[in-house]
Amino acid sequence: MDALLRLFSLIPGWDQNVPAWASISLAGLLAAGLCLGFISLGPVGYVYVERKLAGFMQDRLGPMRVGPWGLLQTIADTIKLLFKEAIFPAAVNRPLFVVAPCLVVIGAFMGFAVLPFSPTWQGTDLDVGAFYVIAIGSLSTVGLIMAGWASNNKYALFGAMRSAAQIVSYEIPAVMSLIVVVMIAGSLSLQQIVAAQAGGLHNWFLWKFFPLNVIAFLVFFTATLAECNRTPFDIPEAESELVAGFHTEYSGFFFAMFFLAEYTEMFVASAMVSVLFLGGFAAPLPVLQTVAGFDIGPVWLIAKAWALVFVHMWLRWTLPRLRVDQLMHVAWKVLLPIALFLIVVIGGLLTAPATAGGFPWDPWFGWPLTALLCGYLMLTALRAWRWHARQVREAVA
Amino acid sequence: MIESVLFYTFAALALVSAVVVIAQKSPFYSAFGLIVVLCSLSGIFAVLGSPFIAVIQLVVYAGAIMVLFLFVLMLLNVQRETDDVGGSAPLRLAAAALASAFAAQVAAVIARARIVSGPEQYEASTRKVAELLFSPAFLYVFEATSILILAALVGAIVLAKRDL
Repeated sequence: MDALLRLFSLIPGWDQNVPAWASISLAGLLAAGLCLGFISLGPVGYVYVERKLAGFMQDRLGPMRVGPWGLLQTIADTIKLLFKEAIFPAAVNRPLFVVAPCLVVIGAFMGFAVLPFSPTWQGTDLDVGAFYVIAIGSLSTVGLIMAGWASNNKYALFGAMRSAAQIVSYEIPAVMSLIVVVMIAGSLSLQQIVAAQAGGLHNWFLWKFFPLNVIAFLVFFTATLAECNRTPFDIPEAESELVAGFHTEYSGFFFAMFFLAEYTEMFVASAMVSVLFLGGFAAPLPVLQTVAGFDIGPVWLIAKAWALVFVHMWLRWTLPRLRVDQLMHVAWKVLLPIALFLIVVIGGLLTAPATAGGFPWDPWFGWPLTALLCGYLMLTALRAWRWHARQVREAVA
Repeated sequence: MIESVLFYTFAALALVSAVVVIAQKSPFYSAFGLIVVLCSLSGIFAVLGSPFIAVIQLVVYAGAIMVLFLFVLMLLNVQRETDDVGGSAPLRLAAAALASAFAAQVAAVIARARIVSGPEQYEASTRKVAELLFSPAFLYVFEATSILILAALVGAIVLAKRDL
């Protein structure tokens, strides 16, 4: 928004003639419009990538019919969804049934207000930004419960209750591992959390207090994955038990809204993980931060978020779904004790003068481990691709 | 200017949904009305320049407590209220007396309220809240509350799980 306000001031006479509240509101609306465009077009890409990935991982081709390599498949699907009749079963509670998907989308969308895309490209740098993202996550829980109850359907109600229990439980390890980051950065403002990680990959919080923060990262990532209701934590919509969970009764546009909210939540959660642990808009090398004088922070943040969205999809097509009791077990008896332990240990290390800035060996781990991980992933992907290509060749022959 | 517009919007929203909470027959509508009340209160805190309290309001009330309320409503499968108030005549009389006493209290508070033209200026950052909370003035109260919550937690676990 700062960037937009600065753009406005470039217009001659703007500052004198337009009152401050009007230009702030206009900038806010424009920024929100930009984000809305981003999130409503995003799923078209995400769904295509997800289906192609699923196909690849299950040794099929995925969508191929509509357009070259099936590129237009999701666009066709979206058009179909939007023009489909929205059916309201006779027994649903009409007003709540309509409000619920809106609430879920609003809850997912509000996270964009504080996501820092660059030092100036941010809705607003809230003093409590990191906490705010957690707070609005609970809004979509209310929407899910509303959807489940208003549907007046056993399966929908079960799905809603499962999802409420799951989100409330996984919020706790998420907040606890967030506290680790907040303690190291000394601030809840996302802008300052990113600023504390500037200067290259070895400064990222992921590599601070090696290997303690790697564990915190894994805890936070797992918890956000569960809050997005994605496999292996997707029991709220487990199709083999609950038809489709809380959105069983939804069709057409209203169903599309749940879909939109899910993919938006995935993006916001991944962006949060990258802001907290992977340096946010800070480039892995300070040289790469600007291209021809332009700050490409947004590109870095979106690239990191998309990489994590890819991990979400990868996990979805690799891991089986957890049972309800296993799910609660993971949250309360595994993740929460680990997070509490990390708070105590890292809090203690931060108060000791010798280790207040991290362990002495921290700078030595970031680069080699990242290079190793990326190299391994690329090699594995290459091998998988070659194997896939050979299977296709043999099938054709 | 914009602050007053936002304040009156949130205040009106809070009042209207507060009326919904008590006037609705369906407990679910009441619960959702309460959520709107709490969210608009959070908006008012934000307008008053205290984002920390606003976010706490959202996390604790709208997030945790109201989700718990909805959970209980779903589990108990409560029905719509009927027009019959129920209870015997003396009970109703006592209820009316208590309600009027409460109304008198609220009226007394409103009558004694100091009308201010705008929010008083003070720093309400997270750091300030924490410093106040851990200052000698509030430290013991704060710690006592923590122990109380811990005791409630242990009590809940003991009640729910007889043999650990």
